[in-house]
Amino acid sequence: MIQYIAIILFVFGLYGLLTNRNVIKMIISLNIMEIGLFIFIISVGFVYDGIAPIISSTADLGLLYVDPLPQALVLTAIVIGVGTTALALAFAKSIHNKYNTFNLDEVEEKL
Amino acid sequence: MKNLLGLLISVALGILIVLALDVSESFPDFGSVEVSERVAEEYFDEDNVNEVGSGNIVTAVVVGYRGFDTLGEVTVLFISALGVALIIGSSKNQKRLDLKFKPNFMLKTGSRIVFGIILITSLYIITHGHLTPGGGFPGGAMIASGMLLLYLADDEFRSNIKGFKILEGLAGSLFVVIGLLGLLLATYFLQNFLPTGAVGDLLSAGIVPIIYILIGLKVGSEISGVIDNFLTEEESA
Amino acid sequence: MFDIISIVIGVIILVLAFLALNSKSLIKAVLFLSGISMLAVVLFVIMRAPDVAITEAVIGSGLVTALFVFTLLSVKKEEVK
Repeated sequence: MIQYIAIILFVFGLYGLLTNRNVIKMIISLNIMEIGLFIFIISVGFVYDGIAPIISSTADLGLLYVDPLPQALVLTAIVIGVGTTALALAFAKSIHNKYNTFNLDEVEEKL
Repeated sequence: MKNLLGLLISVALGILIVLALDVSESFPDFGSVEVSERVAEEYFDEDNVNEVGSGNIVTAVVVGYRGFDTLGEVTVLFISALGVALIIGSSKNQKRLDLKFKPNFMLKTGSRIVFGIILITSLYIITHGHLTPGGGFPGGAMIASGMLLLYLADDEFRSNIKGFKILEGLAGSLFVVIGLLGLLLATYFLQNFLPTGAVGDLLSAGIVPIIYILIGLKVGSEISGVIDNFLTEEESA
Repeated sequence: MFDIISIVIGVIILVLAFLALNSKSLIKAVLFLSGISMLAVVLFVIMRAPDVAITEAVIGSGLVTALFVFTLLSVKKEEVK
């Protein structure tokens, strides 16, 4: 059930990215898409009644663990999302310094 | 008209994803995953765990088995911080952005005590990355959050940007040097060439804590540099 | 128990996302994004992923929201003139 919610969140973010003309709203839609994707990827590796994949000694290796590979992929993706958002906001600030607006339709008229 | 077209495309993509995953036979139901049929079964094997030596299996995957992807991610973060510094940064005289509110004296002094507590917590999370959840990436982001607190609490605070940039370059280069040492002293790039002790001790897991300390310092100084670039402007005297 | 909590949190996340995309003021949309990030941390914890939860909590609450607010503040200063 949580996978349907993650896919709907991804579609919300895509609709916001296609429709809005404000640069800040576009960056917010990109972040919403990314959060939906992270929830979906981690839900692929979940096992009912499993425990977190951290062992204290070599004695307890026979218990039921959740899959650790999707968590490693999402850990990398979160940090890359921060880098992308920072660069996009630097672009937005530079656009406002030059054209004095955040709306892309008005920037197209002034070009 | 454009809104309607966007709505149709998004809904069609959503329905396509749901139908494609329902039809395919190799996509398991939610929660009933057989871990013994996946690659992760090899990560829990006793010989492999003793070879990497880390108690946190996610750390063993990120730094040990897939360490080259972590090198790529560090490169992406470096390029984004470089881009922000080129677009917003200015090389002339710099002063803090004038935001028209002044914090008072108690905030300025009390924030330094809280910064000390945040710094100790972040160093604990970085160095215990192979025993408890956490590691280099959230620890480095916590160092940057501590610097953000100092920027918000004081109106005239500017950190030592030159020192941060030297630290960032040094940490990134040492990561590649340790990988090349693995190539020279052992068989392949980023192989564990230091002795791994017993799983669960603090001094175990070979090069994994060393790499996480370098990654934590690099991420922390990079994001602090980005925050400083967002909050300064040229002196228009 | 797991199903009930995850469905309730999921519905609240969808409502917040809908409000964030249709709001008129930019600062409210940024605050709704911060709320979505916090609820996603709760989902990560109940799906047994502590590493991802710590990373998303530190980055989503502190750094991304602060960068958005700094961009919006430095712009409003010029509109006041």
